[in-house]
Amino acid sequence: MSAGHSTYNPQNGFMKWLDARLPLPRLIYDSFVAYPVPRNLNGWYTFGGILSLMLVAQILTGVVLAMHYVANSAMAFQSVEHIMRDVNYGWLMRRMHANGASMFFIAVYIHMFRGMYYGSYKNPREVLWILGVIIFLLMMATAFMGYVLPWGQMSFWGATVITGFFTAIPWVGDSIQALLLGGFAVENPTLNRFYSLHYLLPFMIAGVVILHVWALHVTGQTNPTGVEVKNIKKETVPFTPYATIKDALALIIFFMVFGWFVFYLPDYLGHADNYIPADPLKTPTHIVPEWYFLPFYAILRAITFNISIPFTDVVLIDSKLGGVIAMFASIAILAFLPWLDTSKVRSANYRPLYKQFFWIFAVVCVLLGWLGSKPAEGIYPLLSLIFTVYYFAHFLVILPVLGWVEKPKEMPASIADAVLSEEKPVSSKAAAQPAE
Amino acid sequence: MSATNSAEPVDEDRRDFLYIATGAMAAVGTAALAWPFIDQMNPDASTRALASIDVDISLIEPGQAITVKWRGKPVFIRNRTDKEVEEARATPIEDLKDQSAENENLPAGSPATDVNRSAGEGKENWIVMIGSCTHLGCVPVGVAGNFGGWFCPCHGSHYDTAGRIRQGPAPRNLEIPVYEFTSDTTITIG
Repeated sequence: MSAGHSTYNPQNGFMKWLDARLPLPRLIYDSFVAYPVPRNLNGWYTFGGILSLMLVAQILTGVVLAMHYVANSAMAFQSVEHIMRDVNYGWLMRRMHANGASMFFIAVYIHMFRGMYYGSYKNPREVLWILGVIIFLLMMATAFMGYVLPWGQMSFWGATVITGFFTAIPWVGDSIQALLLGGFAVENPTLNRFYSLHYLLPFMIAGVVILHVWALHVTGQTNPTGVEVKNIKKETVPFTPYATIKDALALIIFFMVFGWFVFYLPDYLGHADNYIPADPLKTPTHIVPEWYFLPFYAILRAITFNISIPFTDVVLIDSKLGGVIAMFASIAILAFLPWLDTSKVRSANYRPLYKQFFWIFAVVCVLLGWLGSKPAEGIYPLLSLIFTVYYFAHFLVILPVLGWVEKPKEMPASIADAVLSEEKPVSSKAAAQPAE
Repeated sequence: MSATNSAEPVDEDRRDFLYIATGAMAAVGTAALAWPFIDQMNPDASTRALASIDVDISLIEPGQAITVKWRGKPVFIRNRTDKEVEEARATPIEDLKDQSAENENLPAGSPATDVNRSAGEGKENWIVMIGSCTHLGCVPVGVAGNFGGWFCPCHGSHYDTAGRIRQGPAPRNLEIPVYEFTSDTTITIG
């Protein structure tokens, strides 16, 4: 830990006895009480804490729902209605779980964009960032399988489309799909295994979260200046109470928004079609995934042409495989971000060009999401293709080139210089003894 | 590796044998045990047993179509009008994205002519296909799309009246399952 040696001091005989045998309280004290955080963290740095709590909330409501849900294709839809109508507070548990997934993704997207804005993925935090990408992938798998469980029309056809991705793999694709589905189409065996995995994956996420926090505590947090902590005494504050109170405040505000959805807009983020029981013979006319998958869905649909060897009819990658590759690549490319961004400067605050391209990229992601919600007709596929090309260009062209051509603004020598100098008259006292 | 505190000489051959034998046993055992854990995911005996179905087609008038369920997937059976057959015939094969008939009843690689897509000479009006879009498996909508055949609402694939992919992301023509006319009014699929 960047705190250096442990400052934990067992208060009584029992804690001393335990500390010599299993120093768990010491680990918690060092990690979440004494752990020093940069004093200039802003509100965007509270989403890690929010995400941890959302994971706990999802596991809690999920375990409760599992007590009443039936994972059988003949009964699944009925059992969800049973939860909504008959089970005491079942409606609340299901609303919290379903909207909780959306809140989880809102928080993770803010968390990721914050990391991109402040260059949090740069040396020495590459492993920390990649662990985050792995968590994101596991979240997507978990959310997808959870959405299948109510066994409505969107559940069924979402499962059909997503497992259909694997049929794009040459030669073995159909066998892989049959292996995943346990049948020739989405049927009862599919529902059963998705239920089992939906229960398992959150605990795997929890495991990777522990690694993520561990990696964070090895390198220490970044901060809005992007300058590393140089003087722990002057430039950091202890995690408790400063970060805990700040995280708690952000959490309360976040949960108020969460509550607003749960109580006033419970189905706003869902699809009416999912209240129609699954019908294997009829696809909904307009099939769309949940909002948090829309940008990736737009990328999938953007590739509508075969990629051939020029001037011949030899197809190298057909349109279907092309779309699937583009979609997975759009996520995988995040893992390479630490090396694609060639600039030594972390924070966008000191990178005038990157700052503009960051916001263009953010807008492009939102536009891709909007296109993913539109039918694949008219101008939409072309627009999707244009923005898909831009999405990849951002990582493969803009970021590497910016690092070479951009002239960064002058950086502060230290965090203390950046945040304490402006308010010198008042802060000399405040720095020594932060306000209580 | 052989250095120990013991004064007794070490039988290195014996150690190597134990090391390699243990390692080999562990590797083979892991592989042997992994397969049952993977294979249990594959379609089970009860799923595979759903082999074939008989369908009565006597009530399907020209221009009408029915959908039946076979192996968990929809199968389209359409009695095409003469106009629809003509349209499909008039299409040059070079215009097709997938020039293979994708017909399980014909040798692999047969060209995607209209007659190869239909139930054959004398039964050109009948077309029997798995109603799963070859893109990602949605069920296309009949008598729709830019070519008057089928249109997949999920990602915008257009099929013509012979179920051949003409526009959109789907890579192949709609698949034709193994089937035969067991009488003039009955077909057996599978």
